[in-house]
Amino acid sequence: MIPTSIFPKIPIGDSVEGLVDWTDDFFGWLLDAISTLLDFLVSGFQDILLAIPPLLLIIALSAIVWLVTKRDWKIAVLTGLGLLLVWNMRLWPAAMETLALVISSAIVTLIVAIPVGILAARHDLIDTLIRPVLDFMQTMPSFVYLIPAVIFFGLGNVPGMIATVIFAMPPAIRLTNLGIRHIPKELIEVSDAFGATTNQKLFKVQLPVALPTIMAGVNQCIMLALSMTVIASMIGAGGLGLNVLKGIQRVDIGGGFEAGLAIVIVAIVLDRITQNLVKSGP
Amino acid sequence: MENPEVVEKTVKVRMENLVKVFGQKPQKALELLDKGLKKQEIFEKTGQNVALNNVSFEVYEGEIFVLMGLSGCGKSTLLRCINRLIEPTRGKISIDGEDILKMDQEQLRELRRKKLGMIFQSFALLPHRSILDNVAFGLEIQGMPVEERHEKAREAIKLVGLEGYEESKPPQLSGGMQQRVGLARALASDADILLMDEAFSALDPLIRRDMQDELLDLQERVSKTIIFVSHDLDEALKLGDRIALMKDGEIVQVGTAEEILTKPSTSYVEKFVEDVDMAKVLTARDVMKRPEPLLSLDSGPTNALRLMKEYGISSVFVVAKHRQFRGLVTVDDAIEAKSENKPLQDILITGVTTIPPDTPISEIIPMMAEAKYPVAVVDDTGKMKGIIVRGSVLAALARMEVDAL
Repeated sequence: MIPTSIFPKIPIGDSVEGLVDWTDDFFGWLLDAISTLLDFLVSGFQDILLAIPPLLLIIALSAIVWLVTKRDWKIAVLTGLGLLLVWNMRLWPAAMETLALVISSAIVTLIVAIPVGILAARHDLIDTLIRPVLDFMQTMPSFVYLIPAVIFFGLGNVPGMIATVIFAMPPAIRLTNLGIRHIPKELIEVSDAFGATTNQKLFKVQLPVALPTIMAGVNQCIMLALSMTVIASMIGAGGLGLNVLKGIQRVDIGGGFEAGLAIVIVAIVLDRITQNLVKSGP
Repeated sequence: MENPEVVEKTVKVRMENLVKVFGQKPQKALELLDKGLKKQEIFEKTGQNVALNNVSFEVYEGEIFVLMGLSGCGKSTLLRCINRLIEPTRGKISIDGEDILKMDQEQLRELRRKKLGMIFQSFALLPHRSILDNVAFGLEIQGMPVEERHEKAREAIKLVGLEGYEESKPPQLSGGMQQRVGLARALASDADILLMDEAFSALDPLIRRDMQDELLDLQERVSKTIIFVSHDLDEALKLGDRIALMKDGEIVQVGTAEEILTKPSTSYVEKFVEDVDMAKVLTARDVMKRPEPLLSLDSGPTNALRLMKEYGISSVFVVAKHRQFRGLVTVDDAIEAKSENKPLQDILITGVTTIPPDTPISEIIPMMAEAKYPVAVVDDTGKMKGIIVRGSVLAALARMEVDAL
């Protein structure tokens, strides 16, 4: 046993609490603004998705899958059948809420992650600095993000999104960075030799050539966002995750399984779309 | 190529005592270099790698200047110093008399956009763009409007013979075609100087030879200043108006193909070229160029001048019907005839050397050394079969040596 009188416990927990209180006092207005914005985003998407008749949306999503997979009708039909099943299980509104959460979280994540990734690719110093931060973010158990999210933003969809954004960000940053850094040296030489400015080089050469890798990051980001929105139901985020949580709390095996199945279907649809987006691109 | 002494030589690119040291402490290496230490010794003492050691040379306007040497000799580094993709450690580079090492970023960009085109060994095409947009890349960077740059790109694509492929993507094209795109991209921006870094080395030998021929053809039409990096003696002898042979970051010898072959300055050069002795087995037929351009006997001095201007030559062969050889007209005579309104017959030089197609090359070489004009190859029916210029003799000699090195 450690003699507490000689080695007093370092007050990590207390300090974090103090920091949280302080932030809440001084940046409350900022937190409120973020909260309002995110809430607007997610409920906006949710309203749009629910306003469209389910059948129409199912057809539209199947058509998108068909288009991005270079007219692979098998995947398109399976997508349609899967989504019909979700509808049939009476889980459509929950699925749309999950989808809205995933889409808005992914948008926020990418708005931050892609520029950070570009900066990291351009400056070795930034790369060195953010690397341990990203490692930290990825190895920290995802549940831990729920705590500060709840403290700062209360319960509901918004803290769920915050936790999701933090959780889904690292791969998007890493893959953007990697994609740009791995562009063949000659292509960089071409842009320099023809007199491109730094921005021209970025937008005409680096980003387009790195696009497949960046899209792999986008795909990762969306899949992680989906998995996190489910976990975020623990702090009041809605959607399919909430149904799973209810299933656990009430030991409702059937309900939990149905919600789980719906999550898998949504995941497959999202994955097929984002994976094929670049390959079928212009 | 004809009568090089007529053309006045303007220096396009000049390098003076250029040094490039790779490493963290170049100053240390420079000190040792000034004390006369060799590359190897400096590397052992300081860990600094001297890639270029006091390189000086001049490239004249309109010539193909080949930087030649084995891999690691610094030739690619040297080429990249010309557009400052690599910053030299010390020395001076001037293009058209302007010191480019004193330029700021803005001026340097302008120089790269307007004067320098670069062609890469690995083609370096942008995979997501169509051929047309790849060729237009340099113009796009300059901010030229879409319509205009596409039009210019189409012209360049035509120049390299790739019409019909404008909308293809680079991976759909063969290596040779991809390199034509690279060439067109460099030509599209009207750069005076083309930097070609092992441009044909990634192509298989047959395609490579075709591309070399085409580059020579193209050069007759566009007259760029070309600095061509190669590790292949065959290629260097064939393409180079002058060749600089490099070793360990230094230039060992600069000279025309003939000078390198006949008067190697060091044993290193000698070793490089010692195997080239195929003179006995080749005949005129193997080394002649297509008989082009030819002037019809019925034509006049104005047309003669137009042809010479178009092909950038100073004399043209004259033939009657069925390519029956008649003689030769020089540019000076044609100008005079035009002003005095004389017919073509009056200025026709009939006493030019002609040879039958089966003349061995060993007899042609001394002939070429003395000939004032290109030599016409004429068969026993009097029909003109081809033209031999100095370059084509050497090129053919070298071609036999593809595998010799």
